[in-house]
Amino acid sequence: MRVAENLNAALHTALENDPGLHLLGEDVLDPYGGAFGVTRGLSTRFPDRVLTTPISENAVTGVAAGLALAGDAAVVEIMFGDFATLAFDQLVNFAAKSVSMYGSRVPMRMVVRCPVGGGRGYGPTHSQSPQKHFIGVPHLALYEVSPFRDNAEVFAEMLAREEPCVLFEDKVLYTRAMDEVEPPFTLERDGGVARVGLTDEPDCVIVAGGGVAHRVLRAMRDLLLEEEIVCTLLVPSRLYPVELDLPPARHVFVVEEGTAGGTWGAEVAHVVHRRHWRQLAGPVTLIHSADSVIPTAPHLEREVLVGASAVRRVIRETLRG
Amino acid sequence: MTATAPEQEHAPPLEEPADEDLSLMLAIRAFELKLLELFGQGMLNGTTHTCLGQEYIPVALRPLLRPDDHVFSNHRGHGHYLARFEDPEGLLAEIMGRRGAVCGGVGGSQHIRRDRFLSTGVQGESLPVACGVALHLKRAEPGALACVHIGDGTFGEGGVYEALNLAALWRLPLLVVVENNGIAQTTPTSAAMAGTVAGRAAAFGIAHAFTDEVDLAVIRRRLAPGIAAVRQGRPLVVEFATHRLGPHSKGDDTRPAEVVERAREADWYRRYAAACPDPFARLDAAARTYIDEVARDVAGREPS
Repeated sequence: MRVAENLNAALHTALENDPGLHLLGEDVLDPYGGAFGVTRGLSTRFPDRVLTTPISENAVTGVAAGLALAGDAAVVEIMFGDFATLAFDQLVNFAAKSVSMYGSRVPMRMVVRCPVGGGRGYGPTHSQSPQKHFIGVPHLALYEVSPFRDNAEVFAEMLAREEPCVLFEDKVLYTRAMDEVEPPFTLERDGGVARVGLTDEPDCVIVAGGGVAHRVLRAMRDLLLEEEIVCTLLVPSRLYPVELDLPPARHVFVVEEGTAGGTWGAEVAHVVHRRHWRQLAGPVTLIHSADSVIPTAPHLEREVLVGASAVRRVIRETLRG
Repeated sequence: MTATAPEQEHAPPLEEPADEDLSLMLAIRAFELKLLELFGQGMLNGTTHTCLGQEYIPVALRPLLRPDDHVFSNHRGHGHYLARFEDPEGLLAEIMGRRGAVCGGVGGSQHIRRDRFLSTGVQGESLPVACGVALHLKRAEPGALACVHIGDGTFGEGGVYEALNLAALWRLPLLVVVENNGIAQTTPTSAAMAGTVAGRAAAFGIAHAFTDEVDLAVIRRRLAPGIAAVRQGRPLVVEFATHRLGPHSKGDDTRPAEVVERAREADWYRRYAAACPDPFARLDAAARTYIDEVARDVAGREPS
């Protein structure tokens, strides 16, 4: 099953299990089913609760918050995650704050889905990984779709939090298969964290969001075959708040597609430093895209976005000098 | 667009209000004046936005709203809260961060939630949220509505138009109450709004009702049919041409003295005082005494 199909099945399950759940977004109705086909079939099956909306990310996110406030729940599809900036006020100043600013806990069951990431030539305003802009907001939890975790489980977890969540979905994942790991690596799951590796005592640990997992795995394979460097990859389904238990390793890397500056990796590094400082050979190394807009032309885009070769190079240089 | 001052000399006499209504308006007035007094004594943290001059609006709307309706209030929301709950203690405790605060002192003056009442401090933010609540009501509790108080200044926010569009498209039971006091902080509406509130409602095919009255009975008769229609899924924008007597918050009133004086002449307080001096003086004294007692009590309490 491909990731997009798994997401689609997860939405079917969520709407089926929760009669108060609504899905709102631009162009989400059949036969189109959303810009990436993730909502296909939903409007036919749940016509009253799957609503197509005008191009109004701000208001649609507010409507979701209103539904949540009234005891329902809502999933909002933002066509491109870049446009989530238009919903920032509703998410940060209303939905997230409402959980606690009225003095007692107000359950706010809502999820904002954001297709993100580059590699498809959509250019500077349709290719970003804006995760970092949403980090550190009280009561706003961030998730990223992983090829190693069933999204039905992810939606159930997000809605059970009773606080707004943003789900980042790297667009390059949509056509990839779920749960596919090539030997010699094996896949294990520990709650919301997937672990891909060879051994319990790797040379290094790589923490990465689901979107870059395949790039990291390519780098891990090359490092193993060419340098005999053994890596373990951890893919947390929830990006924030950060909660990670690392296997013992002296070197830790964080890989993400977001551009340099104020990154998710910096937040992960802070948590790792506080918890594992004594076991580390040095500070956590951050691997991310360049400090740049994301160009459209493929040769320029490749120069900016983090790829397998950069991951391989940085890890080799860090471990081998 | 400027709020029209009522033509006093030609204004028809006010209908005698029920004691209950008059008392409530006077309690809100006394409450707001008390806040300014407490602020002057350094007893309030942060800032405060009073609704001086606009107290009659939520009182006029009160019998037109039902307990199952949702009310969304804004930064100038003390009157909205008091008209719904008649709870000056809980509100003052919230503003002062004392025991009994309705939101534990976390929200303060402009972030209050109680039952189906909610206020937020960001302009234009509550309209989309109210659309979501109205969508829920339309399906789960037909007949109930979501009422949102906004000001003329709120029309600068794009979210207002996104929400009006959705309300019209989805036939939501949404009542938008525009308290057009002619000024946003220090900026006159004429410097911030091209066109009119009516024109903006018309652009979405949304009904618009206008009143520059302060007479509760007249306002209620005028608005009742439109508000009944809201319950059937026909959204409505009600525009009150009203007057802000005081500053936006504290010490930021830059209006010329004659403009403030015109607002004072149009004030419901003066007009009702003149129209019904007997119950007015008695009820006003009672309201002030009551609020004085509440303030003494709340100020003496431990922190929330």
